[in-house]
Amino acid sequence: MIQYKSVTKIYGEDVTAVDQVSLDVNEGEIVVLLGPSGCGKTTLLRMVNGLESVTDGDILFNGESIKSLNEIELRRKIGYVIQSNGLFPNMNIEQNVTVVPTLLGWSKEDKKKRFEELMELVGLDAEDYRKRYPHELSGGQQQRIGVIRALAADPPAMLMDEPFGALDPIIRERVQDEFLAIQRELNKTILFVSHDIDEAIKMGDKIALMKDGQLMQFDTPSQILQNPANDFVAQFVGKDRMVKSLTIHRIEQLMERYELLDSSIEKGQIATVSKSSNLRDVLSYILESKQQAVHVVNENDEVIGQVDFALVNQYMIDLAEKDEPVVNP
Amino acid sequence: MGNSESTFWRVIDYFQNNIDWILELTVEHVVLVGSAIIVAILIGVPLGIYLTTNEQLASTVLNIAGVIMTIPSIALFGIMVPIFAVINQGIGFVPAFVALILYSQLPIIRNTYTAIHNVNPQIRDAAYGVGMNTWQRLFKVEIPNTIPVIMAGIRTAVVLNIGIGVIAAFIGAGGLGILISQGITRGYHEMIISGAIAISILGITADLFLRFLQRLLTPKGIS
Amino acid sequence: MGKNVITWTVRVIVYLGLLAFFIWVFSNEYLNHLVENFEEFLVLLRQHIQLVALSSFLAIAVAVPSAIIVTRPKFQRFEGVVSTVVNFGYTIPNMAILALMMGIMGIGFQTAVVALFIYSILPIFRNTLAGIQSVNSNLIDSAKGMGFKPYQILFKVELPNAAYSIIAGIRTAVVINIGATALAYLIGGGGLGNWIFVGINVFDNSILISGALPITLLAITVDLFLRLLERKVVPRGARPSTR
Repeated sequence: MIQYKSVTKIYGEDVTAVDQVSLDVNEGEIVVLLGPSGCGKTTLLRMVNGLESVTDGDILFNGESIKSLNEIELRRKIGYVIQSNGLFPNMNIEQNVTVVPTLLGWSKEDKKKRFEELMELVGLDAEDYRKRYPHELSGGQQQRIGVIRALAADPPAMLMDEPFGALDPIIRERVQDEFLAIQRELNKTILFVSHDIDEAIKMGDKIALMKDGQLMQFDTPSQILQNPANDFVAQFVGKDRMVKSLTIHRIEQLMERYELLDSSIEKGQIATVSKSSNLRDVLSYILESKQQAVHVVNENDEVIGQVDFALVNQYMIDLAEKDEPVVNP
Repeated sequence: MGNSESTFWRVIDYFQNNIDWILELTVEHVVLVGSAIIVAILIGVPLGIYLTTNEQLASTVLNIAGVIMTIPSIALFGIMVPIFAVINQGIGFVPAFVALILYSQLPIIRNTYTAIHNVNPQIRDAAYGVGMNTWQRLFKVEIPNTIPVIMAGIRTAVVLNIGIGVIAAFIGAGGLGILISQGITRGYHEMIISGAIAISILGITADLFLRFLQRLLTPKGIS
Repeated sequence: MGKNVITWTVRVIVYLGLLAFFIWVFSNEYLNHLVENFEEFLVLLRQHIQLVALSSFLAIAVAVPSAIIVTRPKFQRFEGVVSTVVNFGYTIPNMAILALMMGIMGIGFQTAVVALFIYSILPIFRNTLAGIQSVNSNLIDSAKGMGFKPYQILFKVELPNAAYSIIAGIRTAVVINIGATALAYLIGGGGLGNWIFVGINVFDNSILISGALPITLLAITVDLFLRLLERKVVPRGARPSTR
């Protein structure tokens, strides 16, 4: 849906912010642009809706070059969320949320209905918040409003520039979970800028890791963690990358390749985990219970087998050997 | 435009012929404004500091100073002349002096109060932490850190007072306003324009000087 | 407790002072001139208000749009120069401007309007500029990203969020203007300054007070009125206390 075709951005005479980046964002996917500050990730994002110009190369939106599209109309088709939420202090919550529908000339009733739908989506009471102003809300609430404002005119795509960066860790996690739940329903195409590897792993279907304007690796979180394309990627994802990668694999996935161990010990004596648990939690339970393994239960709470440390280890080694990393030329 | 050109030269002439008198009036002006400002600082800065310990009084005092500020200067002079006439000081230096002190209070008190009030609580904590007493904290930490803001208030007051000092000439307080008041009575345009120029130069000079002083007094670490 | 006592003492002293002032005014019959010449008073008051209204209106009409223009990206390079000029202009006393204009244009109503207009431009321009510049650049970025057109950014984001500062500038300008207009008598502009200067010249306290008191009340009333207007016009979220 969004395609970068060897896009380059040069500021002034010779400052190259983005260097020949090509990548495709497919419909319904979240692609996280990840990298240290100054790596060009935000510039890359802002070129899609024309907030930054493209020096060389092209960006296609729905197969059409953004240069051929009307900038204003394009922006109204793409939701935009920024770190500091960008809520307008002079407008109340309802006016903020329905600002794009207002620009598009929706009727009063449609706007009201849409506002109520969106508020329900993030679990805020429409009547309660309608007439309040942004400064009267907490940071987490403001950010939720920022997100539903971007969704208001039901744009097919969204650009999110460190949308949860200003929130404290506990609130951030809650808002991330909420957003993922919403995304599972709405299936938007999303470009998401982050400098936080954990956030990228959690939010991204794919991660584009950048350094000095260049794309280092563009792949699924699991591939990036297990098969970093070069030293920079390995360093950026951290020494604990294998532990991190445990979080994106669930017992169900392991079960596709291996048989679970026999459950020879009675349920109750060792810890029990559901088969949708991730492998990091599994190891954590094993260590905590001071036993060799954990019971795995299915949706009906029936024990279907056991997982031990060796099995998890085997699975991870297997993954790393099997898949070749995808490197950007 | 030959006319305006010759006016220009006549003003230059007027300046040259009356330079001694103009300087004398300038000194009078500076003395009036300067003495009023010194008294105003002596009242306003300590008051502003005290107000940080008494919120309720602070809002009362700032409101009163705010209302005084909205009173047009010529009207305040007009009210003060009959009041001071009761003690035989109706026309001249005294009502002008008092009025200038009153007008200076809002910028000086407000800036001092807000500046001290807004000193970073962590800096204040640190001052306590290294064992300073209240006075040491005030003179070694709070005042040095707020010099730019307090000085900005004083500068506002000075510039304002130079302007009001002009009007004071109409109630016999002397100063550069004499050139304008006499010029108007006599219909003497060169005199009026010379007065206006001299006053503008004084205003700009005072502002620049105080900016310089402000930079000099501000400790290096504070931007 | 002690602090409350001080506060109340100050308040009581101020109120008593005011009371004493009015008792003094009435016992000396200083407002008699006003009562006896009420027709003339109304004429002077009307002149006064006309001068203030006309020059303020012109100043708003010039200052607000020019501040908007210099904050547009195309003209931003002029902004430094303009601000310096404006700040310098601020140090020039209003009496000097009145006098200069009189030297150039002679005496009369028009001279007064022009001089008052020039002096009122500065605070309005300065506050409008500061107000627009203080609008968070993230808001502009969001607005652009959501597809606002440039004029929509100006009218829906920048001006509403700068409204408090702009109106405060207008209020300052108008209040100063009311005082400056009292001086306009000197250059033939009329207004309530008439009685003040006549009062000073002939040492007549009654004429003096009859001019000075109404001007003072006018200034304070207009100030209060504009403060109320400020509260009505500025959206709740865009007031400084809420930022």
